[in-house]
Amino acid sequence: MSLRSRAGALAIAVAMAAASSGQAIEIRTAVLRVDEPAGTLPISRLDLPPDDLGFAGAQLGQEDNQTTGVFLGQDFLLETRNVAPDAAVDAAQALIEAGYDKLVVLAPRDTLLAVADAAGDKALILDALAPDDDLRSGACRANTLHVAPSRAMRTDALIQYLVWKQWPRILLVYGSHPEDSALAAAYRHSADKFRARIVDEREFEDTGGARRTDTGFAQVQRQIPTFTQNVRTYDVTVAADEAGVFAAYLPFRTWDPRPVAGSAGLEPVTWHPAHEAWGATQFQNRFEAMAHRPMREEDYQAWLALRVIGEAATRTGSADPSALRAYALGSDFSVGGFKGEKLSFRDWNGQLRQPILLTDGHVTVSVSPQEGFLHQRSALDTLGLDKPESACAAFNGD
Amino acid sequence: MRPSLPAVLTLALLAATSATANKVFVSNERSNTVTVIDSDTWEVIGEFDAGNRPRGITMAPDGSRLYVCASDDDLVRVFDPGTYEELYSLPSGPDPELFVLHPSGNPLYIANEDDNLVTVVDTETHKVIAEVPVGVEPEGMAISPDGLTIINTSETTNMAHFINDQTFKIEHNVLVDQRPRYAVFSPDSSRLYVSAEIGGTVSVIDLTGPEPKLIGKISFEIPGVLPEWIQPVGMQMTSDGRNLFVALGPANRVARIDPESNEVTDYMIVGQRVWQLDLTPDERFLITTNGNSNDVTVIDVDKLKPIRSIQVGQQPWGVVVAPD
Repeated sequence: MSLRSRAGALAIAVAMAAASSGQAIEIRTAVLRVDEPAGTLPISRLDLPPDDLGFAGAQLGQEDNQTTGVFLGQDFLLETRNVAPDAAVDAAQALIEAGYDKLVVLAPRDTLLAVADAAGDKALILDALAPDDDLRSGACRANTLHVAPSRAMRTDALIQYLVWKQWPRILLVYGSHPEDSALAAAYRHSADKFRARIVDEREFEDTGGARRTDTGFAQVQRQIPTFTQNVRTYDVTVAADEAGVFAAYLPFRTWDPRPVAGSAGLEPVTWHPAHEAWGATQFQNRFEAMAHRPMREEDYQAWLALRVIGEAATRTGSADPSALRAYALGSDFSVGGFKGEKLSFRDWNGQLRQPILLTDGHVTVSVSPQEGFLHQRSALDTLGLDKPESACAAFNGD
Repeated sequence: MRPSLPAVLTLALLAATSATANKVFVSNERSNTVTVIDSDTWEVIGEFDAGNRPRGITMAPDGSRLYVCASDDDLVRVFDPGTYEELYSLPSGPDPELFVLHPSGNPLYIANEDDNLVTVVDTETHKVIAEVPVGVEPEGMAISPDGLTIINTSETTNMAHFINDQTFKIEHNVLVDQRPRYAVFSPDSSRLYVSAEIGGTVSVIDLTGPEPKLIGKISFEIPGVLPEWIQPVGMQMTSDGRNLFVALGPANRVARIDPESNEVTDYMIVGQRVWQLDLTPDERFLITTNGNSNDVTVIDVDKLKPIRSIQVGQQPWGVVVAPD
């Protein structure tokens, strides 16, 4: 922005603030997206990340908040930054110093922790990406709320459906990256929790192939059947491939004719652009009119993080990060997320309770928690770490 | 089970009451039609095409016009309630969902869900008089009995907006619970009730002071029904102010509230995903649209008992009963 136009905008902003009795509260939120160095391309070009991934969702949340803010004398401001992992802490500190003390972070575990620790009690962090269960347990941070679901929430959501479907015998196929191992462990835990059975396991080693050179469909068509040969009797293949190396190759290629779920086939997701129930159609329309593309999970999670801040700021009339945190963790807080029920935070680890969609990539197949999975507090607490399972001591939920 | 009345007596009753039969119009969101039911025999007597995704439905006070929000056509279609012929359409702004007609029959106030606007349309000149910017995803619309205050509820902003009928300016905003769907005034204008689908409550707003004031919230509890299935949507109040009826969505029940105490006194089981309600002009019957079972339920208002269910088109959404 040129100096002149900035000065002009400032003059208008000042005039508007003056017009609205000069008492407008500013609620400043920044979205910090940490971009890893570009690795291999996704298997499907449909999954290529757009430049505004996450930011577009945050922008919609900002507009939703501002529409409400206009009626209440609240002014919502949004900044977005995308940085390399080693620049994340500096970027976060600069944003906090500029008054952006509500930080929505789209970053992997270690970078998120570095940002949270650098921010201390000067900012409220909203995790809109990192799925690691230890962030909701032993490695939790008091200043960090998790809008993104944990791995366990996603794996519980899928396993509940498989149990409901009476497909309890699972072939677990996992990749060779650390995040794949963590996801496979979450599936093992979910299978134990809901009495499904992992009858066999296979590791798919990432040998560094690139999709356009050596893994044409002819090779894949020969390799996947033999890779899934000689498995004990099973109902469904569950793929743990967070790195996105092989799962998309599994459907229609397994030795036995079995459905695929997990990282391909029937996937547990926070959002899908075909989802229409509970007023989602209008939400999809609003996003697509603004961003000119379908909404991704990262966009939904960033939108939801902005709405959490908006809802807490609207109800408390405050912009103070600790006041917003206290309200968000309290029993009066709830936010709508187009999932048919209100969403709220677990006060023992700062995790947002939420239904998980199960999609085949084309339609919403089901939504978990499934019927019949009960919990004394909320059926949503059948997904992910329950209070007795979480070692988080930074929250004082009773 | 009570024995049915002898056929002769039934016929005699029919003959005696047929003069007061009213047509009941039900919009079917998925089959793109309106079903017509006779309020005397409770038989389906007609069905006609109503444009794409018909939802909100209302009638002129004199019964001369039927208005239907054709949401996917971005307009309001106007039909002759006698012949079911489409007479003309009104501009509505994008994605009209619900609307309310001024007690005089003009103008029509329409919520545009995709565009954060309330569009005001003159039903005689067919022109847009005003567009009022409101909160995100406007839905519920109501007008005070004196016609001076228009209410819009916005689903993502979670507010009831009080709009002045003369200036088309918002004068007050009241925060309510998550996803407010519908608003209704008490007949004496002393209260406004706002249902919140995701919040699971009905907010009670007092209108007797200088500013509208939230004075309470009615919540619902049904044994054997998960709390998240209780999603208050459509509402109706009898003209004596003694009954507030609330459709509870996937809880498949209509609640009757005593407005004196703001307590729920009865839950009546109806069809699946009960959405909107309307009363017959004599207020003897309440008709509910049940979106997932493709039927409507008729409730006897005195006995607070469902008496009939009638199959209609796919995904019935709104209902209006013709005036006498």
